[in-house]
Amino acid sequence: MPSPPPSTESTPTPEQFQAVQQSEDFSRLRRSFRGFAIPMTVAFLVWYFAYVLLSTYAEGLMSTPVLGNLNLGLLLGISQFVMTFLITWLYIRHANRSLDPISQKLRDELEGEN
Amino acid sequence: MEFGNPVFNIAIFLAFVVITLVVVIRVSKQNVTAGDFYHGGRAFSGRQNGIAIAGDYLSAASFLGIVGAVALYGYDGLLYSVGFLVAWLVALLLVAEPLRNTAKYTMADVLSFRMRQRPVRTAAATSTLAVTFFYLLAQMAGAGALVSLLIGIEGRVGQSVVIAVVGVVMIAYVLIGGMKGTTWVQIIKAVLLITAVGVSTVWILALNGFNLSEVLGKAVETHPDGATILEPMHQYGTSGATKLGFVSLAIALVFGAAGLPHVLMRFYTVPTAKEARRSVVWAIGLIGFFYLCTLVLGFAAAYMVGVDVIGTLPGGSNSAAPALAYALGGTVLMGIISAVAFATILAVVAGLTITASASFAHDIYNGVIKEGSATSAQEVKVARRTAVVIGAVSIIGGILAAEQNVAFLVSLAFAIAASANLPSILYSLYWKRFNTRGSLWSIYGGLGSALFLITFSPVVSGSETAMIPGADFAWFPLTNPALVSVPLGFFLGWLGSVTSSEHDELKQAEMEVRSMTGAGAEKATQPH
Repeated sequence: MPSPPPSTESTPTPEQFQAVQQSEDFSRLRRSFRGFAIPMTVAFLVWYFAYVLLSTYAEGLMSTPVLGNLNLGLLLGISQFVMTFLITWLYIRHANRSLDPISQKLRDELEGEN
Repeated sequence: MEFGNPVFNIAIFLAFVVITLVVVIRVSKQNVTAGDFYHGGRAFSGRQNGIAIAGDYLSAASFLGIVGAVALYGYDGLLYSVGFLVAWLVALLLVAEPLRNTAKYTMADVLSFRMRQRPVRTAAATSTLAVTFFYLLAQMAGAGALVSLLIGIEGRVGQSVVIAVVGVVMIAYVLIGGMKGTTWVQIIKAVLLITAVGVSTVWILALNGFNLSEVLGKAVETHPDGATILEPMHQYGTSGATKLGFVSLAIALVFGAAGLPHVLMRFYTVPTAKEARRSVVWAIGLIGFFYLCTLVLGFAAAYMVGVDVIGTLPGGSNSAAPALAYALGGTVLMGIISAVAFATILAVVAGLTITASASFAHDIYNGVIKEGSATSAQEVKVARRTAVVIGAVSIIGGILAAEQNVAFLVSLAFAIAASANLPSILYSLYWKRFNTRGSLWSIYGGLGSALFLITFSPVVSGSETAMIPGADFAWFPLTNPALVSVPLGFFLGWLGSVTSSEHDELKQAEMEVRSMTGAGAEKATQPH
């Protein structure tokens, strides 16, 4: 990693922050972030608590054998790992493509181009 | 029953201590300012920090505790693995990057950003210290419980001496190395732990033709409870209350991780939010791999060591993993796994100590008592002294708590973090209307209700395995308070905010823009 530049940028004033908050670019950034993060959070919480509640109150169903000794519950448990890796990958892709360009632009505007 | 060679185990452990101390001394030469002590100059890469997070998070309780729980209870032990991992999505999606962008050293920096400083800082520091204390106690208790099995030292005196040694080495790491040294200890430990666990897992799978079903089948054949270990509610299914306790534990696990102060503080050790994101990705990969392995190791311990034998081991189910290592690879693997388990305790305890001392020095001493007027040299001096005090307290606490259940103490720390910290973190990052009263009600309400419900739960009194077995004042039926205290923390945060008219519009704008863009964020102070 290169050594960081000396901090010559001026610190933005509160009014500058407020102006950015009200800008079109910023609301686009916020929409894009929330439009991804909120549904994903809901989705993984639903899947996680479905697994927990089914394990607790539908023992019979979860004990159904599927693959050899692996029953439905164990497979759903392992699916939580797959889900976590998948959402992580999706988020990285979304952040690199859609979030970073806007936030970079706004940061440059606030801190001065160099 | 004798396992392994104590002299060999001690030798490997000492080698780890010597090597890490050399590393700590070498990297600590650049530590000058308060910042260097707290966040190591923010010069760690995302990958390095991600490995260190895994080292911080994969505590002895999760390694030894989960393998033991899966060996004894099968399916129900899996919940810990799943919850501990899925929780990272909260950190990845909602917490890590905005946190790196808005704050400087501690969790209280974020929570007090747009609030009245003194009351909110005090509240956040209080809950930081509470969570850290329970987590610390769990690790030190684990150290004591392991001693008798791993290095053949028996009796209270011998165990206490070992706990004291662990405490002293940990204080040395923190005092000499600060955050930078501590981070390197965690990186080294994470690599050793994950390699050891990965190799053991592949080995076991290879013995079974890489067929997980065969491992499960053998566990079922030898387990006294047979096929029921593959079905849910083997451990938690006794009554309606124990079932609800399981749901409550699930809530604590998934919402706890992103509220653990020592995990949050790791996000300040990287130069940018993007690197913070990278650290979480590395952490999720490593932690996920690790927990998948513990599943295999747990079922393997059930048939290779035997459930009856595990029950007779000193340290009980916590000793299943080292005993499995002995059955698998004899003295050498057992020595490595034992040393890694100790290294784990050392590294995690060092991370906790630096978090607690940073919070005390930065938030309480400088933020509240000196009202921000202390110099960075004064602050670091206070932080170092605090680290020594915390080290001493944890040595004493660890000796007193040596008989307590390790996994329970950790899940307690998660429940408190989920109730007291997470609601206010999410509100202050994402809800405009959130204000000082909301923060205070949420933090103190979550913390207070969690502690209150734990006190009157079956884990403290009224059952054979309780902390105070003779007494019975338990009226709260669940072993984990999160089912009540987490919603209460969120509710009180909302209620406090809407009943107070305070609202700092400019500060809110600054915090939101900073958290989303990284403008004005703290820069790295050291080249890497």
